[in-house]
Amino acid sequence: MEAKHLIVEGLSVSFGARRVVEDVSFELPPGKVVALVGESGSGKSVTARSLVGLAGPGAHVEARRFSYGEHDLLRLPERAWRRLRGKDIGFVLQDALVSLDPLRPVGKEVLEPLALHGWGTRAGRKARVLELLEQAGVPEPQLRAGQRSGQLSGGLRQRALIASALALGPGLIIADEPTTALDATVQARILDLFEEIRAAGSSLLLISHDLGVVSRLADEVLVMHQGRVVEQGPIAQILAAPRHPYTRSLLDARPGLQPARTRLGPGRPGPVPVSGPVPFLSAMPQMRLPEIPLLEARQLGKRYRGPDRRWRQVIEGIDITLHAGRTVGIVGESGSGKSTAARIVMGLLEPDAGEVTFAGEPWSGPAGARVPEHARRPRRRHISAIYQDPLSSFDPRWNVGQILEDALAVGGCAPAKRRDRVATLLEQVRLPADLFSRGPLQLSGGQRQRVAIARAIASNPKVIVCDEPVSALDVSVQAQVLDLLAELQEQLGLAYLFISHDLDVIRHVSDELLVMSQGRIVERGSTRRIFEDPRHPYTRQLLAAVPRLPQEAFIAPLVPEYALHA
Amino acid sequence: MTAIAPTLDARHAARRTGAPWGAVLAGGFLAALLLASLFPWIFAPTDPLSILPEDAFQAPGLTHWFGTDQSGRDIFARVVHGSRQSLSIGLLAVGLAVAVAAPLGVVSGLAGGWVDRGIGWVIEILLAFPGIILALLFVAIFGGGIGPLIVATGLGVAPGYARMIRGQVLAVRNSGYIEAARALGHRPWRIVRRQLLPNAARPLVVVITLGVGQAIVWASALSFLGLGAKPPAPEWGTMMAAGRDFIANAWWLTFFPGLFILLTTLSTTVLGRYLQQRLEGHR
Repeated sequence: MEAKHLIVEGLSVSFGARRVVEDVSFELPPGKVVALVGESGSGKSVTARSLVGLAGPGAHVEARRFSYGEHDLLRLPERAWRRLRGKDIGFVLQDALVSLDPLRPVGKEVLEPLALHGWGTRAGRKARVLELLEQAGVPEPQLRAGQRSGQLSGGLRQRALIASALALGPGLIIADEPTTALDATVQARILDLFEEIRAAGSSLLLISHDLGVVSRLADEVLVMHQGRVVEQGPIAQILAAPRHPYTRSLLDARPGLQPARTRLGPGRPGPVPVSGPVPFLSAMPQMRLPEIPLLEARQLGKRYRGPDRRWRQVIEGIDITLHAGRTVGIVGESGSGKSTAARIVMGLLEPDAGEVTFAGEPWSGPAGARVPEHARRPRRRHISAIYQDPLSSFDPRWNVGQILEDALAVGGCAPAKRRDRVATLLEQVRLPADLFSRGPLQLSGGQRQRVAIARAIASNPKVIVCDEPVSALDVSVQAQVLDLLAELQEQLGLAYLFISHDLDVIRHVSDELLVMSQGRIVERGSTRRIFEDPRHPYTRQLLAAVPRLPQEAFIAPLVPEYALHA
Repeated sequence: MTAIAPTLDARHAARRTGAPWGAVLAGGFLAALLLASLFPWIFAPTDPLSILPEDAFQAPGLTHWFGTDQSGRDIFARVVHGSRQSLSIGLLAVGLAVAVAAPLGVVSGLAGGWVDRGIGWVIEILLAFPGIILALLFVAIFGGGIGPLIVATGLGVAPGYARMIRGQVLAVRNSGYIEAARALGHRPWRIVRRQLLPNAARPLVVVITLGVGQAIVWASALSFLGLGAKPPAPEWGTMMAAGRDFIANAWWLTFFPGLFILLTTLSTTVLGRYLQQRLEGHR
C-alpha cells in the first residue's frame, strides 16, 4: 500500500471537560518518520489513537485539519475507518498481552487482517503469515504460529503484534512504544525492521518515552508534556540543542549520558571543583574486599520439563558473589535465566545443582543438601526483593500502611512501634506521610516502586535482589528511583543483586557485571572493563544493539574525567 | 486492527451494564424481600392460610391485589409470606454449599499433588451428574420437606463452587504478593490466614449473590415437582404447582409466584454482576 501524506493541524482531544491533548500539529510525508516523545500521561498515546479513529469512548477530537491523503479523517464514518485501519494504516499497540486474544494462536492473529481484507489465496496467506513472523524476528515461526499469546514471552508477543500490524503492508504505521518491553538486541531487530519498511516507502509515526530509540529513526520529533508539544523540530537539532527545560531534563535523566554512580535526577551536583575530595568517588568500588562474601552462589543449575516432556536446562554453572555495599549486575535477554537465578538466590526456588551460602552458612542446595524451610525462614528477612511490577507484589486489599506494617512484622518490630517505623520508612524513600492510607492503585508507578523499596528495607536486610526494578518506569522517574537505591545502599551498606535488560541502567548501578545468555554466564568482570573491552562475542553484540544518542556515541566514562585528572 | 476491538467492546459493555439504576432497583427489591421474609405482616396483614371459600378464584383487584386461589386464600399474602421460605431456602442452601465446597476447594488448591487430583475426581464425577438429578435423587431417598430440600439444593451446587474456589486459591497462591510474603519470611499459616483466604474469598461474594437466585429456582423447581414444601405451605414453587390445574381459568394462581421467582433471580443476577464489576474493576 502506498504511503500518503498525513497532515495534522491543531489537533485537540478532550474527555468531557478535561483536555488531554492540546493543539498538536505536524506533517508526515511518505517515507518519513515522526516521533512523539514524552512520559506517561503526556498525551502521546491518545494522540496516536486518535490518528486511527480510536481515541476511545467519550473522546472529543477537534482539529483544524486532519487528513491522510485524500481522506478527511475528521469526517470519516466508522465503516470507512475500518477499511483504512489495518490496510492503509497499521497500528502497533504497546501492551501485547492485552491486545492479543488469549485463546487464539498468534498465527491466526496475524492471519486475520489478511483474511479480513481478502489478501491472496488461502495457501498464500498461510505462507505470508510465516514470512511476516519471520520478518518481525520471531524464531521458529512454524512452531510459534500455533501457540497462544499466553505461551509466548513478552518479546515474542510484541513481535507477533508487529507482524499482524504489518500484514497488509500499510503505507502508514503507527507504533505506540513498540519496543519498550523488549531486550536490546530484539529492540535493535525491530528498529531494523522499521528502517526497512521506511526504506520501502512507508511512513512511520513512532511513540516512545525513550529518545535513544527515537533518535535512530526519526526525522522530526515532537516532545510532549502534559498534553502540549513543548518542543518540535528535526531530531539532530533537538538532541544537540534542546531549548525547552523539559527536553533537557529528559536527556539528563538517561543513565547512559551520565557518569556511573552519579545522581541522575534533580539535585545532581554540577562539575566538581578539581581541588578537594570528590564526593562520588566514595561510592566507587573499594579495591579491598572483606574476607567472607555476604552471599555466594556456586555452580547453580536448574532445569524444567517443557510441555513436550523434554528437559530444558534453564541455568547452568552460575556463580555469584555478593559483598556488602556493592552491586552485582546481571544483564541478559528475557529467557536467559536471570530471573531463575534470582529466585534461587532468594530461596524461592530450589536449585538442581550447586549451592548458595549466606554469611557463610548454607542457604539453599539441591536434593540431598536441601536447607529445610524452618531453618531458612528466620533468616529470610536478610534477603529482600524489589520486583519489576510492584503492583502485583502488593496484596490488593491492603493500603500502603498495611503493606509496610506487614513487612515490619517479620523484622520483629513490636506492633505498637510499627506506625512510627512506617513513617520513618516513608521518609527514607521520600514519600509523603499521608500516603499511609492510600491503596497501591491510587499511586503512580514511581510511588509504587518507592513503596516496594520501603518494604524491601523494612526488615533491615543485608541483600536486596532487584529484578528489573526500573524497567516499567519513565526516564525521569527511573532516574529518581536509581538515585534513591544508590543513596540507601550507601546509608545502609546494602548489597544489591541488580537484574536488568537495560544496559545503560546496569552500567550505571553495578560494580561487577555478569552477562548471561541461554542460561550461562558468558562474561564476567568489572562493569568498567566489560563496557570498555567486551571480550565475548555475545557481549559485543549486546553492547552494539543499544540505541544511542549522538552524544552517547562514546559511552560516558565511568569516572568523570575531571575526577580522573584530579 | 482487529486486535483492539475486544478491549474497546469490553469497555463499552462495562459502561452499559454498569448503569447503577439497575443495581439500585435490584438491591431495593431484594431488601424489600428480606424485610418481607422477616416481618411479612408489614406488607400483608392477612393470614396466608386462612380459608374463605366464598372468595375463591377472585381475579386480581383492589381487595385482593393478586387475586385469590381455589380456597379463597389471598395470593398476595401468600407470595409475601412465601418469601421467607424461598429466601431462607436459597440462603441456607448456598450457605451449606459454601460450607461443603470451601474446605474441599481450599485443601485441593493448597495441597496440590494427589490430594488435589483425588478431590478433583470426586468433583468431576459429581459435576457429571446434572445437579437437579442429584438433588432429586437425594430427596427421593431422604423424603421431601424443607430440610432435605435445602440439603439437596446445597449439595447440588456445591461441586461447582468447590471447583471455583480451588481455581481461585490456585490463582492467589501463584500471585506476586504471596511470593513476596514468602520471600519476607512469613509463616505459611499466617500467609494463608491473612492473605490467601481473604483474597480467594473476594469473588465469592459475587458467586453467592448469583447462587442465592439459582438456589431459589432449584428449590422452587423441586417444590413444583412435589418434592419440597408441602401444600398449603406458602412456598412459591408449591403455589405454582397447586395453581397449575387452574391455569386456564385463573392464571394469577401461577403467574404471581412465578413472577416473584423471576424477579428475585433477576435481582440477584443484576446485583451480582454489578458487584462483580465493582470488585474486578478494583484490580
